[in-house]
Amino acid sequence: MWGKALTDISAPTWKKRKSLSEGWFAWALIAPAVLFILVIVAWPLVETFRLSFTDARLGGESYVGFENYTDLASSRKFHQTIFRTFYWMFLSVALKLVLGLAGATLLNAAVPGRGLFRVLVMPPWIIPMAIGMIGWLWLYNGAFGVLSGTAQQLGLIGKAFEFLAYKRSAFYSAVVADVWVGTPMVTLFFLAAMQGVSRDLYEAAWVDGAGRWYRFRRITIPQIMPVIVSMALLSAIFTFNSFEIIWILTEGGPRSATTTLIIDTYKTAIGNFKFGEGAARAVVIVILLAVFSLVYLFFLNKVNKHYRVK
Amino acid sequence: MMDRYTKLQIFGIYAAIAVFLTFILLPFFEMFMASLRPLEHLFRSPYQFWSDDFSFQAYRDMWVTVPLLGRYILNSVFIAGSVTLLTMFFVVPAAYAYARLSFPFKSASLGMFLGVNMFTGAVLLIPLYRVLSTLGLLNTYWAMIVPGVAFLIPTGIWLLRSYLEKIPLELEEAAYVDGASRLYTLRRVVLPLAVPGLIVVSTAIFIGAYAQQFLFAITFNQTREYQPLPAGLFEFIGYQSVTWNEMMAAALTGVLPVMVIFLFLQKYLVAGLTAGAVKE
Repeated sequence: MWGKALTDISAPTWKKRKSLSEGWFAWALIAPAVLFILVIVAWPLVETFRLSFTDARLGGESYVGFENYTDLASSRKFHQTIFRTFYWMFLSVALKLVLGLAGATLLNAAVPGRGLFRVLVMPPWIIPMAIGMIGWLWLYNGAFGVLSGTAQQLGLIGKAFEFLAYKRSAFYSAVVADVWVGTPMVTLFFLAAMQGVSRDLYEAAWVDGAGRWYRFRRITIPQIMPVIVSMALLSAIFTFNSFEIIWILTEGGPRSATTTLIIDTYKTAIGNFKFGEGAARAVVIVILLAVFSLVYLFFLNKVNKHYRVK
Repeated sequence: MMDRYTKLQIFGIYAAIAVFLTFILLPFFEMFMASLRPLEHLFRSPYQFWSDDFSFQAYRDMWVTVPLLGRYILNSVFIAGSVTLLTMFFVVPAAYAYARLSFPFKSASLGMFLGVNMFTGAVLLIPLYRVLSTLGLLNTYWAMIVPGVAFLIPTGIWLLRSYLEKIPLELEEAAYVDGASRLYTLRRVVLPLAVPGLIVVSTAIFIGAYAQQFLFAITFNQTREYQPLPAGLFEFIGYQSVTWNEMMAAALTGVLPVMVIFLFLQKYLVAGLTAGAVKE
């Protein structure tokens, strides 16, 4: 669904206005949705910008200029958080794409039972993340989780290992859980794209003696490239904004090891009621994501041109 | 011919699929196993993969440990249902406009809708908290419904639009020729034909609405009676001891509503959700 969306935004496509009444009718149809989004999303967004220049707390607020931003700019902890967030995003998205591509290829193979396998991939996508994370909390538990337990029985580790108790292991454990949540969607989009590739292409290549790997590299990958590229962006935005997974597993700990920008914002604003400082962080998120997406869309346009996708 | 595999290749494919599905399904399997273990055996040391005293006792006890559990599940379904109805109310006319009509600022406004996906609730929580507080909606069902609708409208428009585009234009033109008004055509010609699409899109929205409640619930709602399941589940932790087995049982019970809906409609859902990935 997103592959086309991204190209649509970047290339205005509306045709000549057919008639005035059609325009009015159309606006009457979209007006309720537009108004709702303006009140619930756009206005709060503007308000976030305004609050970021204040010291808003529960008690009240006064204008402080760029103070919140200068504080952030000089905070080493905040720099680390930004770095950590991008590391989190790149690592997790890369894993999702690789796993998604592998999974889609496997589920596309003409073997008996693939209909069932396709259904079995879906659950992490459709169930509430909060509930999936309860499962992961359990898996990561040292005393009774199957991972630590089995590793002990096999003699790989001497005593129970608490995955979420150490800085490094907590971070990578959260990445794995995030990959788990995100992979099904990526897989199914890649699979749908693969099914859309014309069989004639494969048959022509097969007649010419091209092997599977060659066909995958030279036909499948180029043909689904637009979907790969747009899924990467969508996935990156989701991962950057990922809240529930980290919140439930670690609440950003231990010692900030899993504190991404979203978690930091939430803790500042909702946890400590520092609305102004939280708003400044939210603005930083919006700016970083916007810049990242624009750079990426530029890249996407080039790829689309290269592969001659409408 | 082209799709023929050797026996070794088939074995390799199944083995790889097994590894992939193990990763995907492991947490569910663990939750189910944990829900069957008596509490005192959860902490047994050394670790035992298999216990000989599995039972479904937790599925009975959980209703007693957290008396409001049933209420939480109903809340989840109620909130997701309300979100779906409201979202469809906004989505249906808008999706039609984007599918069929040309009008000024079409791409720009569609871009705005899709841009909403860039901002998850977490970025907007602070002012949203104040908006809801001003409107007097904090700690009500509305506090979880209103933001939920806003973040599902874009997806809904997008999905339904691609459905409506597939309805043959000739039917509408025939209605115009017969002198039907635009609104009449939409109501009497397009919508009846779009029923399968409407079902798929509202199911997708319901699943999304069911999945996204946690953040809004923990931020905008303090009233226990209104809490949806993902937030309510954490009550199993709040008591003197964590009754893990019951928590797992409750979590699995709580995903049943979406799983059942999904299993009935999965074929259409997957096709509908991934529509944009396939070139027309």
